Amino acid sequence: METRSIMIVGVGGQGSLLASRIIGNVLLSQNYDVKVSEVHGMSQRGGSVVTYVKYGDDVASPVVEKGEADIIISFEQLEAARYVQFLKKGGHIVTSTQQIDPMPVITGAAKYPEDIIPKLEAKGIDVIAVDALTLAEQAGTAKASNVVLMGVVSTKMQFDEDVWQKALEQCVPPKFLELNKKAFALGRQAAG
Amino acid sequence: MKKLMLGNEAFARGLYEAGCKIVSSYPGTPSTEITEEIAKYDEVYAEWAPNEKVAMEVALGASIGGARSFCAMKHVGLNVAADPLYTAGYTGVTAGMVIAVADDPGMHSSQNEQDSRHHAIASKTLMIEPSDSAECKEFAKAAYELSEMFDSPVLVRLSTRVSHSQSAVELCDREEKDLVPYEKKAAKYVMMPGNAIKRHPVVEDKLAKAAEYAETSPLNKLEINDTAIGVITSGISYQYAKEALGTKASYLKLGWVNPMPTQIIKDFCAKCGKVYVIEELDGIIESHCKNIGVDVCGKEVFGCIGEISQTIVAEKILGTKPEFDTFDEAVPVRPPVMCAGCPHRGLFYCLSKIGVTVSGDIGCYTLGATPPLCAMDTTICMGASISGLHGFNKARGAESEKKSVAVIGDSTFMHSGMTGLVNVAYNASNTTVIILDNSITGMTGHQQNPTTGKNLKGDPAYAVDLEALCHALGINSVRVVDPYHMAETEKVIREELEKEEPSVIISRRPCALLKYVKHKPALKVDTDKCVGCKMCLKVGCPAISMKDGKSVIDHTQCVGCGICTEMCKLGAIVE
Repeated sequence: METRSIMIVGVGGQGSLLASRIIGNVLLSQNYDVKVSEVHGMSQRGGSVVTYVKYGDDVASPVVEKGEADIIISFEQLEAARYVQFLKKGGHIVTSTQQIDPMPVITGAAKYPEDIIPKLEAKGIDVIAVDALTLAEQAGTAKASNVVLMGVVSTKMQFDEDVWQKALEQCVPPKFLELNKKAFALGRQAAG
Repeated sequence: MKKLMLGNEAFARGLYEAGCKIVSSYPGTPSTEITEEIAKYDEVYAEWAPNEKVAMEVALGASIGGARSFCAMKHVGLNVAADPLYTAGYTGVTAGMVIAVADDPGMHSSQNEQDSRHHAIASKTLMIEPSDSAECKEFAKAAYELSEMFDSPVLVRLSTRVSHSQSAVELCDREEKDLVPYEKKAAKYVMMPGNAIKRHPVVEDKLAKAAEYAETSPLNKLEINDTAIGVITSGISYQYAKEALGTKASYLKLGWVNPMPTQIIKDFCAKCGKVYVIEELDGIIESHCKNIGVDVCGKEVFGCIGEISQTIVAEKILGTKPEFDTFDEAVPVRPPVMCAGCPHRGLFYCLSKIGVTVSGDIGCYTLGATPPLCAMDTTICMGASISGLHGFNKARGAESEKKSVAVIGDSTFMHSGMTGLVNVAYNASNTTVIILDNSITGMTGHQQNPTTGKNLKGDPAYAVDLEALCHALGINSVRVVDPYHMAETEKVIREELEKEEPSVIISRRPCALLKYVKHKPALKVDTDKCVGCKMCLKVGCPAISMKDGKSVIDHTQCVGCGICTEMCKLGAIVE
């Protein structure tokens, strides 16, 4: 199988490392060769962060380049706009509708673009936008918006739900498992 | 069983399986997780040292003491540890000694992108380079064999994409190694001139033998496909080349960086048409190829700046370019920022307000250089804030002393700030030093250090008393402030700047991300009182923004630190 690529983008501190671990475990359980690439360090402090997940028969490079991503999972709207260049023609974007102003917007040096999602859709891109933050708060904590988005993404990939449930059990500490399962279910529902 | 593992985690597993007993490191992205992971194995003693030089000396001492030992550091950390490394090349080892050095091409989290391979060549020690997690484990084990076979420390070069990518790893059991009995060998380990002179020929001899061994080492891999294009590569660059070119090219993947083989390179080039050397940063393999008289093409095509990628390889060799959509409007950049509730924010706001020259250092607080605070003039390397400001003040005189401060974190101060402070006291400059004590090593992701009262395993440990230490180093005026109280902090800074003696201000408040730090409820804006003056935005908190002419506070980020309430003269920010 040709290598497939997923990009997880967001703001440092939003929980993209857990999301990449969940997807990585799902893919490993399906016997794919998997590579997950993360960036640690300074960018984790509220900067724009990117995680790559690649899978197939034999994955070489761990990074995703422009025009290569089959799916982009975005934890924040502006990040979806920033990384749309990485989407393959015909790829999908799953994004949270959350908006977090970056420092140049806060200081007034730049403007947060309006109507990002309709503008992406106008390019013929398949965009699923969900209010992951509100759904996560319904599940019990704003921190679970990453797992809500996993619920949404699970509907765009061909694996059975129980495979995702097992990956959740492997990646989430037992005391937070119920909460995260609820967040995941809300994400699946929201995807329709 | 196969497990997804970070390169760093897999490396730690390899050390464990190889019977490594003693580990000492200083954290540094992207190397940090190796030491954190190996600390989870009870069979291994692991510690955070105050700096990389100490760590490497601990590892060398442990090796001389008969135990397989290890230390990890980032590329710039190897500069700090270069002194013991260069002589360890001469002494060699008793039990195997392995050093992981993680380069950061592209500078994701570093102040330069130096190429560590130069250190291996210059120190006349061995160096090998893996390209994914499975190889990280395999190479960690091979490194011990090579170290003992050639009586040399072995460096393993990692890079951000190898260290911080996960791929599948097969786990094996640990092979326990008995302590090698200690024998005094002064001629080998006492490196005074009379002994060292005799060791240098030994070093040259073992390098020659290692080069011969490298010709048949399984760490170098040959893949013959279409031979019109040949690629000589190593580490992560191999993965980029493989993805871009697949079976359209043949590959010689070098696991050995120093010394490099000669004959297999000549044989490979003889088989192939056009041969490219694909390597990140400097042209080390390329220079070797040219020295041995083979015709290759490398840096003239790929350059020596930043990371390579499959796209770059495809574009340069095949002439292909990717297709993609773009967002048609300007997308504002999102640089890293100090977190909501960060104790450094209040301190840097005071410095910005006073308008002093700030000699900075390495850590989260380097973000004090970014807008809107912009309160930093220099950042060079670990510890340079204090020593650099002393030099600046000696150059510019008494006026400068009253208008400048050095800022340095608790961990960085222990790493290499103390010696600079001794110099300030000993050579008498009225320098003002602010130690930003947030009770943790923050930037690398919360590692303990000698001031925190805990060791690497999280057990209680001796905590350095910073006030007493500064007094002992020769500073009479040592004061402590809470940076959440900005008026008081500003007053103390102004007073210390005026004094005709060197002084230290300890700005003390734990990192807001520490688990034990209790957060207050998120603050709110009273929209009736808020006039939209934007004073609260001046502290650069990511939780505060403007909506419809009024400030709003993001309740998911705000930890109720209260810095913004001190900024608001109208009392519009409330609990």
